[in-house]
Parts: sequence; C-alpha cells; structure tokens
Amino acid sequence: MTQWTYVIMTYALGIGGTIGLIGYCWIALKRAEARLDALKRK
Amino acid sequence: MHGFANPTRFLSIARPLTPALMVTGLIMVAIALFLGLFNAPADRLMGETVRILYIHVPAAWLGMAGWTSIAIASLVELVWRHPLAGIAARASALPGAFFCALCLATGSIWARPTWGTWWVWDGRLTSMLVLLFLYLGYMALADASQKDAAAGRNGTGRVAAIFGLIGAINVPIINRSVVWWNSLHQPASITMGKSAIDPAFLWPLGMAVIGFSLIFGAIVLMRMRTLLADIRIEARMRRLAAA
Repeated sequence: MTQWTYVIMTYALGIGGTIGLIGYCWIALKRAEARLDALKRK
Repeated sequence: MHGFANPTRFLSIARPLTPALMVTGLIMVAIALFLGLFNAPADRLMGETVRILYIHVPAAWLGMAGWTSIAIASLVELVWRHPLAGIAARASALPGAFFCALCLATGSIWARPTWGTWWVWDGRLTSMLVLLFLYLGYMALADASQKDAAAGRNGTGRVAAIFGLIGAINVPIINRSVVWWNSLHQPASITMGKSAIDPAFLWPLGMAVIGFSLIFGAIVLMRMRTLLADIRIEARMRRLAAA
C-alpha cells in the first residue's frame, strides 16, 4: 500500500464517521421532538 | 450561570446556536481538510502520512475534551444540583467516545507505515484505549440512571456523576504519558504559547481543530435537546397515565 492509501483510509473514516454521527444525532433529535409534539396535542 | 440552567431558556439559546455552530464548523473543516490534502506540503520524515494528523489531532483533542466536559458537568451536577448539568454530561459522552475511537483508529492507520505496526502497548495508546472503555462504561451507567429515573427510582444518576469525576484522572495521564514513560509516540508539538510545527502545517491543523470543536459543540447541543425532549415525554406519559 502507498502512503496515499493510508491517507485516504483516514479521511474516509473521519469524514464518513463524522457525517454518520451528525446524521444519527439529527434523526434522534427530530424523532424525539416529533414524539413530544404529538403528546402535547393529545 | 443559574439562569442558563433553566431548560426553557437553554432551549431558546440552543435552537439557533445548533445550526450556527454546525454550519461554521463544517465550512472550517472542509477548508482545513482541503488545505491539508492538497495545499500543505509532505513532511520531510513522515511523507504524505502527515496529512492523517489533520483528522487524528482534532480527534485526540476532542476525545479528551469530551471527558473533561463530562467531569466539569458532573461536578456542577453533584455540587449545585443543576438539572441541565447531568444532561450536558450525558450529551458529551457519545461524541466524546466517537472522537476517542476515531483518534485510536486514525492513529493506528498512521502507525502502520510510520512505525511498521498497527498497535503497540505504549503509555499514550494504552491510556487512550482506557479512555474509550471509560466512555463505554459511563454511557452504560448514564443510560441505566435515565431508566431508573423514568421508573421513579433515584440514586444511579449520582453514581454516573461520580464515575465521570473519577474517570477524569485519566485525562492528565494521557497528556503526560509521553513524558512519564518511554513512548514511540512523539511528545507534544504545541505547548502553551509555543509550537514546533511549521506554519504550513499549523494553519490547516488549527482550523481543523477549531472546526471539529464547533461540530462537537453542535452535536452536544443536539444530544442535550434530545435528552430534554425524552425527559419531557416521560413526564407527560406519567401524567397521562395518572389521569
């Protein structure tokens, strides 16, 4: 493997992981807020 | 400070602050990583693998900063009983654990071409791995305490806060590990007011650290808002069940 292969592995892991974490937290937040709004309407 | 512990006031600040931090952080990280990949030169000794540090260093910083936040919030929770402090501590755990794991993974990828091995049981690497296990333990404990609180039992919330405080002993150990023990890991290149890093590497690195820190802040705010919504849902469900 060349040095660039290790660099690309790192960037894929770092960027992919960060976007995945942001997406997970965003979806969890929206779901919780939607559940709370639904309960408030009851 | 007590004023910000009011959940309603906190939410009115957190709602506009979350996207502001996130967008600024994403723009800064995108610029820093572009500069790190295509503009910064290769290092004389490390070659192209120096570019790994634009992700590894912010991840290491945030892995340790995450636990420092947990410890400070736990102290505030234990001493002043601020309701938001415990939520802030729990909200810091997931992003802290993620960046700690990212630091270990990217460090391992960097070590393979540089040291010739994926892993060595050296002071810095081992203490960082211990931090990851502490995060996992804290998250399990905090989750159990939330379930206990929802069931009307009390007590484990304080246990999680005490665990958060005691675990903070590992942060200075990580920081000083390269000084205390013989280590393959290089010593600190940036200390108070001094840097051994050439400006060509330092600018994108500094921008990446600030950018990832802003993203970390936005994630903590999102987690806090989620936990607050979950608590409010539990309270409403209990009121509905009692009615």
